[in-house]
Amino acid sequence: MRVPQSWLAELLGELPGVDDVAEAFVRVGFEVEEVHRAPEVTGPLVVGRVREIEELTGLKKPIRWCQVQVGADQVNGIICGAGNFVVDDLVVVALPGSVLPGGFEISARKTYGHVSDGMICSATELGIGNDHAGILVLPPGTGEPGDEARPLLGIDPRAPDAVVELDVNPDSGYCFSVRGLARELAASLDREYVDPAGWYYVADGDGEAWTVRLDDPGCARFCARRVDGVDLAAPSPWWMQRRLLAAGMRPISLVVDVTNYVMIELGQPLHAYDAARLSGPIVVRRAAAGEKLTTLDDVERTLDPDDLLITDDSGPIGLAGVMGGASTEIAGPGAGGTVDVLLEAAHFQPAVVARTARRHKLPSEASKRFERVVDPELPPIALERAVQLLAEHGGGRPVDARTDVGAAPARAAITMPLDLPDRVAGVEYPSGATTHRLRQVGCKIDLLLGEDGAGSVQVVPPSWRPDLTQPADLVEEVLRLEGYDTIPSVLPAAPPGRGLTEGQLRRRAVSRALAEAGYVEVLPFPFVGPATWEAFGLPEGDVRRRTVPVLNPLDADRAGVSTTLLPGLLEMLGRNRSRGSVDLALYHIGQVTLPHAQPVPMPDPGVQDRPSDAEYAQIKAALPAQPLHVAAVLAGNREPSGWWGRGRAASWEDAVAAARLVGRVAGVELRVTKAELAPWHPGRCAALRVGDWVVGHAGELHPKVVEALELPSRTCAMELNLDGIPLIESRPAPHVSPYPPISVDVALVAGADVPAAELADALADGAGELVEDVRLFDVYAGEQVGEGRRSLAYTLRFRAPDRTLTSDEANSARDAAVAVAADRYGVTLR
Amino acid sequence: MSPDVAGPDLKPGSLSEAALQEAVRDAVAAFAAASDLAALAAVRPAHLGDRAPLLLARRELGSLPGPERADAGKRVNAARQQAQEAFDARRTQLAAERDARVLVEESVDVTLPVDRAPRGARHPLTQISERIADVFVGMGWEVAEGPEVESSWLNFDALNFAKDHPARTMQDTFYLGDSETSGLVLRTHTSPVQIRSLLERDLPVYVVCPGRTFRTDALDATHTPVFHQVEGLAIDKGLTMAHLKGTLDAFARAMFGTESRIRLRPSYFPFTEPSAEPDVWFPQKKGGAGWVEWGGCGMVHPNVLRACGIDPDVYSGFAFGMGLERTLMFRNGIPDMHDMVEGDVRFSRAFGV
Repeated sequence: MRVPQSWLAELLGELPGVDDVAEAFVRVGFEVEEVHRAPEVTGPLVVGRVREIEELTGLKKPIRWCQVQVGADQVNGIICGAGNFVVDDLVVVALPGSVLPGGFEISARKTYGHVSDGMICSATELGIGNDHAGILVLPPGTGEPGDEARPLLGIDPRAPDAVVELDVNPDSGYCFSVRGLARELAASLDREYVDPAGWYYVADGDGEAWTVRLDDPGCARFCARRVDGVDLAAPSPWWMQRRLLAAGMRPISLVVDVTNYVMIELGQPLHAYDAARLSGPIVVRRAAAGEKLTTLDDVERTLDPDDLLITDDSGPIGLAGVMGGASTEIAGPGAGGTVDVLLEAAHFQPAVVARTARRHKLPSEASKRFERVVDPELPPIALERAVQLLAEHGGGRPVDARTDVGAAPARAAITMPLDLPDRVAGVEYPSGATTHRLRQVGCKIDLLLGEDGAGSVQVVPPSWRPDLTQPADLVEEVLRLEGYDTIPSVLPAAPPGRGLTEGQLRRRAVSRALAEAGYVEVLPFPFVGPATWEAFGLPEGDVRRRTVPVLNPLDADRAGVSTTLLPGLLEMLGRNRSRGSVDLALYHIGQVTLPHAQPVPMPDPGVQDRPSDAEYAQIKAALPAQPLHVAAVLAGNREPSGWWGRGRAASWEDAVAAARLVGRVAGVELRVTKAELAPWHPGRCAALRVGDWVVGHAGELHPKVVEALELPSRTCAMELNLDGIPLIESRPAPHVSPYPPISVDVALVAGADVPAAELADALADGAGELVEDVRLFDVYAGEQVGEGRRSLAYTLRFRAPDRTLTSDEANSARDAAVAVAADRYGVTLR
Repeated sequence: MSPDVAGPDLKPGSLSEAALQEAVRDAVAAFAAASDLAALAAVRPAHLGDRAPLLLARRELGSLPGPERADAGKRVNAARQQAQEAFDARRTQLAAERDARVLVEESVDVTLPVDRAPRGARHPLTQISERIADVFVGMGWEVAEGPEVESSWLNFDALNFAKDHPARTMQDTFYLGDSETSGLVLRTHTSPVQIRSLLERDLPVYVVCPGRTFRTDALDATHTPVFHQVEGLAIDKGLTMAHLKGTLDAFARAMFGTESRIRLRPSYFPFTEPSAEPDVWFPQKKGGAGWVEWGGCGMVHPNVLRACGIDPDVYSGFAFGMGLERTLMFRNGIPDMHDMVEGDVRFSRAFGV
């Protein structure tokens, strides 16, 4: 909302400088988007009257050679490219020697075969508006040729008129008006305030201005007035045009300007119909399916049964509270003649207007206000104001008849303990502060004294403050107007907490361990699309393809919430690679989203009380599973080459090691088994297990995946479900034997497809209680062991808890171990 | 070595003082001539070995008559000790020389690069999030977390966002599922975790909620559709807006130094009443000490408490929330949001583990 300071001053009297005004607005809760200071124009800037216009021909664009009277006896020839003016129009002329905003110097210069002696200005060139429609034409009588133009434009350096642009909170609809802003400013400055809505006396009407029927509760009140014989060619007065420009609007015609002006002044959106184009009574109702309406912007819209309409016998003539229809539009000023105007001022339900505006993507000045609630007492007042303006400036004849159907909703009183604001703020406010502030807001107040001697206030909030519904709302009014700077700073004593949870500590430990192992944490977005699954080579039915869809994605190709962390990590790996980082190890800890196989209905409980336990459980059950995952990717060298020799390329084993590291930090030794799962290399993929439960995979990526995603060759990856690893609640202390160990080596010849880890498990199972550790120390494949076989050499370390072992005991345990390995996998001692 | 084997060097009269002194002189000269420990070891047997003159001389003692034997024995022992001391001294000297030489020979260029282990790092957003959690845990608060895909009841309704209220459009929401009525959204703030905390925990509640949040803002220098927040919630008997200010002051001092402080400006949020926007003043602000907008806060709206089954006439409390990206940007002078979301390892490494 843009408001010129001079307009506020008209309501409040002389104001401090614009910076102090802006600061006063901030103090009571506005965000000041910008302060538009009056532009500086130096040198001669005068009113001119166009005397002659010669259209130059043979040029690429229309150019006019104008004779403009710029003083009592002075006429300058000026070239102008705009065409929106006629002979005798008053214009603003920057004479040679003047400098316009932006340092634009005006001088006499030869152009199009003439010496152009100055410039005819547009509102944009003068810095007083954003109207690009042409040059600024002042209404007749605004001034005389040669008059100083600056005071007219509000850019007189002795009395500059700045425009304050404010962000209005969604619960402060009344602040989309000068009326509301002036009240807020008066309260902030603790000034007297006189409500301009009280300036316009609404007399009792005599009959109906038009027959109106409300068929839908979406419209609570509908008022209408008629002004007949309004001169279509009559211009809006310059003061009105200037204020509209300053408010960011474009002056169009008297009728349109008056409706806009009253809306900005008081906050009530108005609509003007050409009464001659209306047929039959006006009915407010919902749309029928398939109904159509061409709105003022000449777009034909198919209506939704939820849309609230203004209709007459011809069908829809307006989208209620959003935009009028083209069929009853008042002709432009060029049409000539007069028009009988029917003015509408109504009160619509905010949610109805909000939905319609959103549905048709049609946020208008009217809908913006109706969505945030307009004062329901305003319609007849705003009509009175508009009727007066049309009569005064357009020669219209007001018709006494008034239509006022429906009623403003009554306000309920709120009772609040008198000291509640003090108790919420933690401040003892001066006596009377609460009632003073609530009166500034516009509340009607009765003081009550309870039997216990405690005072309370019974408050009827003003009609323009529908947001004030309970004591907390009144408390905020008192606190913000008294100033938040009066609230002291007191640290509350929280009860003793239990510190971080085991899960939170574990997440931190995993993060730290990976970082210390050389991995760099990244935080990719979770959005993913089918192209990634194609590149991953996931089969059609793979569960990871089923993502929760995003209805309004930023990128239509990534309209799902990912089921795995790998796509984001691999994308970042590629980005780093393209930026010249070659040896890369990245990790990410984050939630993934796994939808239910069948959608679970989401309950929608009320908000008057807590949901039942069943409802709350159902809400949680309807959400997709979102386990915490940890994933890492690697490419290039794991250890760099250098003066010490060649580096070591990152490989599947680093990915498995990273997974095992995570497991160890999380409290378990993850078991490794062979697996085949896209996007991993079918021969280089490990499953990580807690017991038999698979919690993730690690290994080298499939070469086809690497190729499809344009990743460095031999890129490796691991991903674990961290939530799948049970939290170890207590760890019993081990018995540490003080007796010496005996180590025995065995070399076994096994089929090449027997996994080393499983063979180790077999040895451990067979070795019995004395075995402390089974460690693979050599792998050999070659002629000596034969085709399709390999030799695996293990060290078995034995130790007894209570005595020094004999070598006989160790050897028999070894024999037992080998026997089990031989039994399970057909291995032989080498 | 058997003692009855006569050595070749055994000469008659070798027990004489002169002979002994000569043997000592020979030994001392030989030891001095040895240039390293190996040479010294090589000459040792000839002078201190079993067959050396000084040891062979002992054998002759037995042939001497008693009184002479004692004198000669003393002479032989003294001579032998002289030779041994000379040997030991020379060996110590040579060992020291060798040790010194070895240290010289073993010296290396210690400025050679040694970083073979790759350098990892944790993202600064993770670090600041943990730092904030620690600040509040230190004050007795607990850390609460929740899912990113959230029900709109928890994300909006319970937080006093009426259906169709324009406040819902303030937070541009990613809607999930098959239609806008599926009731699923990507959470637009971590506030649903506050509701979960109030529904699941016993009062009083003092929790801080860090987490990832989502809004449909295109990525640019100051916006990102995926960002991080930390929110705090305190519900207890008798909490006031002064307590909110005190908590934020303590938070600001922990994050921005002991001179930092907070001021509050009135604002609007559906879930707080009164609502405020905090500004933080801190000395290290880029361009000089000053105020920076830092999130939103307020007293928890009675409607929010009611939706959680808490009587607003008995309990009250406050809530606040800040964007972590924004906090990092003005705290650490990060000029562009892209740096935080693109995952360039050079950026994160600067912040260490």
